[in-house]
Amino acid sequence: MNHSPLQAVAIFHIGPVAIAEPVIVTWVIMALLTLFAATVTRRLSLLPSKAQTVVELFVGAIDDQIRATMEVEPGPYRALIGTIFIFILIANWSSLVPGVEAPTAHLETDAAFGVIVFCSTIFYGVRTLGLSGDLATFTQPTWVMIPLNIVEQVTRTFSLIVRLFGNVMSGVFIGAIVLSLAGLFVPIPFMALDLLTGAIQAYIFTVLAMVYIGAALAEGRQESPTTPNRK
Amino acid sequence: MDVSIIQLVSIFAAAMAVSFGAIGPALGEGRAVAAAMDAIARQPESAGTVSRTLFVGLAMIETMAIYALVIALLVLFANPFVK
Repeated sequence: MNHSPLQAVAIFHIGPVAIAEPVIVTWVIMALLTLFAATVTRRLSLLPSKAQTVVELFVGAIDDQIRATMEVEPGPYRALIGTIFIFILIANWSSLVPGVEAPTAHLETDAAFGVIVFCSTIFYGVRTLGLSGDLATFTQPTWVMIPLNIVEQVTRTFSLIVRLFGNVMSGVFIGAIVLSLAGLFVPIPFMALDLLTGAIQAYIFTVLAMVYIGAALAEGRQESPTTPNRK
Repeated sequence: MDVSIIQLVSIFAAAMAVSFGAIGPALGEGRAVAAAMDAIARQPESAGTVSRTLFVGLAMIETMAIYALVIALLVLFANPFVK
């Protein structure tokens, strides 16, 4: 543990672009997930195989969560929400593989996810309510709240990023400290705790992403029956 | 080994940040767990829902302590005042 947890060390360079370990791990996870999805969905049938049943169960669970949290039909959001959950879960657990450091233990990966969630709240808000409708949500409940609403957009994204980063990084950090202090098998209970933390953090990140996107949609839905009457 | 006054203060500040930053979340988590235990004791059949919500809530509360940890690490490893 001789380098700061806030820095990523470049392993090699492609032209001017420095490639650090989190980037490689991220791409490997992406490749594995794509390969898995491709192999499972290649032969879909009405009488599902074992693998197809498991995947269908998983998709069904994500759909139920979206219905419960966002109160909309899950169709347009399933791909984004499901991918965020599965990727963060696998990324958090990837630190169990010897020699691999979880990409979510670096601020850059989490920042990328935070920006994705931030942009998708704007995207889905504009797509559902229109540009003026989405901008009008900033004036809820009164126009005095406009600066606070703008600040809230930034701070909640920031806290989303720092929450995931801090939890995963502190797990890795504690593991390294205990390993250097105590020895080979002592960090195992901490790693078991990491499994739990990783799953919970993936779930929380996904739930909060759903809540933020759902809020962007719901503010318009509550508005739409009343605005025509008022005008 | 040359230790400047800024580094000394930084180490002290990091320790203070973590120690005092952990008090609030610790009390909050204690209250949350106690309330969940109470709820499970009264209604054992709702244990699944209670503990699922409890875990999410605990992770939310724990985030506050994690913020303190992140600040401590910033002060230690990415301090703008240390050359």
